[in-house]
Amino acid sequence: MSQTVPPVLSVHPSRSLVDEKLKVLVENLPPGSPVTLHSLHRSEDEHYWEAYGHYVSDHRGIVSVAEDLSVGGTYTGIESMGLLWSMRPVPGSRKGLRLRKMNVRSPMLFNISVYNGLITEGFREQTPLASALIERWYMAPGVQRIDIREKGVRGTLFIPPGPGPFPGLLDMWGGGGGLLEYRSSLLASRGFASFALEYFNSGELESAELEFSYFENAFSIVKDHPQVIPDKIGIFGLSLGSIMTVYLAAESTIVKPLCCVCVSASHFYPPGKNLHGVFEVMTMNSHMIRVDENGHHAWRDMGLEIIKEPSNRINVEKINCPMLLVNGLDDQNWPSVECADEIAQIMSAAGKGDLVTRLHYPDTGHLIEPPFSPHFRATKFKTATGKQKVIMLWGGQTKPHSDAQEDSWRKILSFLQHHLYSRETPKARM
Amino acid sequence: MDRKQYCVKLSVQPSRGLVDEKFIVLVQNVSPGFQMTIHALHKCEDGHSYEAFAHYTANATGTVNVSEDPSLGGTYSGVEQMGLLWSLRPVPGSKPGLRLRKVNVQTPMEVTISVYQGHQTEGFMDQVPLVGVLVERWYMAPRVRRIPITENGLTATLFLPSGLGPFPGLLDLWGGEGKLIEYRAALLASHGIACLTLDYLTPEITMETGKMVDSQYIETAYRVLEQHPQVLGSRIAMLGLSLGASVTLKMAVYSQVMKLRCVVCISGSHVQPIDGFLEELLNFCRINSETKTRINEEDQVIYHDLLLPIPTDPALKVDVGRLQCPLLLVVGEDDQNWPAYESAIDMKEMMEKAGNSHLLTVLSYPNAGHLIEPPYTPHTRATAFLSVTSVKKVMALWGGETVAHSRAQEDAWRKTLAFLRENLYGSSNCGF
Repeated sequence: MSQTVPPVLSVHPSRSLVDEKLKVLVENLPPGSPVTLHSLHRSEDEHYWEAYGHYVSDHRGIVSVAEDLSVGGTYTGIESMGLLWSMRPVPGSRKGLRLRKMNVRSPMLFNISVYNGLITEGFREQTPLASALIERWYMAPGVQRIDIREKGVRGTLFIPPGPGPFPGLLDMWGGGGGLLEYRSSLLASRGFASFALEYFNSGELESAELEFSYFENAFSIVKDHPQVIPDKIGIFGLSLGSIMTVYLAAESTIVKPLCCVCVSASHFYPPGKNLHGVFEVMTMNSHMIRVDENGHHAWRDMGLEIIKEPSNRINVEKINCPMLLVNGLDDQNWPSVECADEIAQIMSAAGKGDLVTRLHYPDTGHLIEPPFSPHFRATKFKTATGKQKVIMLWGGQTKPHSDAQEDSWRKILSFLQHHLYSRETPKARM
Repeated sequence: MDRKQYCVKLSVQPSRGLVDEKFIVLVQNVSPGFQMTIHALHKCEDGHSYEAFAHYTANATGTVNVSEDPSLGGTYSGVEQMGLLWSLRPVPGSKPGLRLRKVNVQTPMEVTISVYQGHQTEGFMDQVPLVGVLVERWYMAPRVRRIPITENGLTATLFLPSGLGPFPGLLDLWGGEGKLIEYRAALLASHGIACLTLDYLTPEITMETGKMVDSQYIETAYRVLEQHPQVLGSRIAMLGLSLGASVTLKMAVYSQVMKLRCVVCISGSHVQPIDGFLEELLNFCRINSETKTRINEEDQVIYHDLLLPIPTDPALKVDVGRLQCPLLLVVGEDDQNWPAYESAIDMKEMMEKAGNSHLLTVLSYPNAGHLIEPPYTPHTRATAFLSVTSVKKVMALWGGETVAHSRAQEDAWRKTLAFLRENLYGSSNCGF
């Protein structure tokens, strides 16, 4: 085999942003040759993730992932990005892993390979016919990353390249806590000055004494930045972050977002309390947490119980800006679809129905992330007590969830573009 | 600032590309009919700045797409997807005779693309653009490995493609300036070919001893490739530009050691003394330069006639009739530095007479000059040049008209890659 014609594997572009599509091409194979395309990634916390698809080369000896059918593997069908979104931990990995890029200044590296035959396992023990390394970035060239420690607020601000000024975003993640920068750096790569806010440490929600003012201060920090246009600021929240988003939009007299994106939203927030109150209510209702046959914790039923209590509801009828509500219909972590239903209903009754846009996706779970990242149906999660890690059930089936991520991201960017970059005077009622 | 203009959106995709990849420059969200100048700025490693710019008018949807819409003026006009790169030229006030070449191939070229209001032609640096993005252009794909080679007295660099291999190989030679030029080899490795770029005019050994290398030096380089565990020893090509092409032809025809799969000669000639090697070739050029060098009105030096007329004496040209592997000749018909075009015609005749012309492909480009480089490399008609045969720098005229030359670079590169792909990866046998 040593001097035979090697196949040629090419991936374009070899360096791309994580929301860009790839073209994976194998040439110079024998015609009608069964091959396996494989992707491998070693995460920052040193776990291995992989995906693979089974293909047969055409009469010219070519396999084009963007155009050809995968007939087996971790994804099937004509899926140009299947080698990324269908990735899962390699056999033998710990349970409940989640893939998240912490250092956004370096790219994620993926090794794409082509193997002879239709293989389903033991990739590491075999020699591929060809392989190529690609880089996937959360940060475009020229994006600035600024550590923020100001007015007691902690986070990282990402500014797009160029002279500016730019519209801004306050970006909040959910109940896992900590500082996740990747969505903000990607949003900055798409033209929005985005502030990734850290509002409690991982697993320390119980001790978080965060007052409402913390979030108002965070919003002001974005607003006051010299490279941000002060009256073009939006808020982006996922899960617990979207609770804060809805609350700020409804209740703040200081913060006036031009628009909001809420992924897997909820509109419950115990009145008058700070964030700690959220934790208290959940603890009170924790007996409603359902543990399934795999030992995974599903909070959905607990959530349904909590939102029954009308005094827990945020007064969403007070919201005066466009809201984009993104939900998965198989969200097992929170009844976010029911929440979105209610939010839409209440705002409609208040004559503000035209401010609400809803995106909901079948067989999609709670963690709706930027496109082409793997789907996590259930992962380890440090609960608010911080003492134990459970495996949290987020929901969703891989293919529909991945489609939802791709579709929603595009629509989220378009929504933000429309409201924050529009040449027309904003329609928001101030 | 007018509130309406902050909302201009500019995107360049891909924002990190290989130097031979196309990009799409898109401007959105301006008023229909809005007049703008799209500007490219590059500051190269030696501190000089280069710029290009083009005038556009937004369509009814408030968009400009550089790959679809015509430039109405600037450093290029018409529909030119990559015009912002290939029409780069030194900013006003720069030293004359500059040439843009990347020395450190492990870092990208950074180009700032910006949008300015109105149709402007100067003073870009004194204004704040409406919007700007940074674009990276790479000579090296991820995990292409750069390996300096100093064994056996060589001055060379090997670039290995990413992956395990084994890969076909290529020996890469540049021209009369000498030095070790890495960027083309790095780019070829990004296309799956293990590429060794060789300094044969100014290697360490010549700098120390004062003596030019002999043909065994080239054969040693070939052996390094052939014996490398990640190279397919039976699939090695050779590529030379200018003087490098002269050496390439010599080795391809006369070397007993080198078994080349195919050969590419850019702006080259077969005219040289058959006996001897570099010493003799350079003397030949030196002697001819005394009487045949021309200088034009702009004080630019034209070396084109040094090898003319094409000799009939067989002792003065490589016998390409004896070539046993495919040969690709790339020539610019406005080459003012070397008679590549005339040589190509003569080589074709020789091969037709010898019966091996089926091995020959000639790519001949009207109005293209001598320096046919990887695509989107800015064209310069004349640059400061210090050849190893001279003692002082001259302004050498390379020739070529920018648009035609840039098209030629793009076309020639694509066809060169296809030629190499076919011969290095194809299953057809070569008769040796």
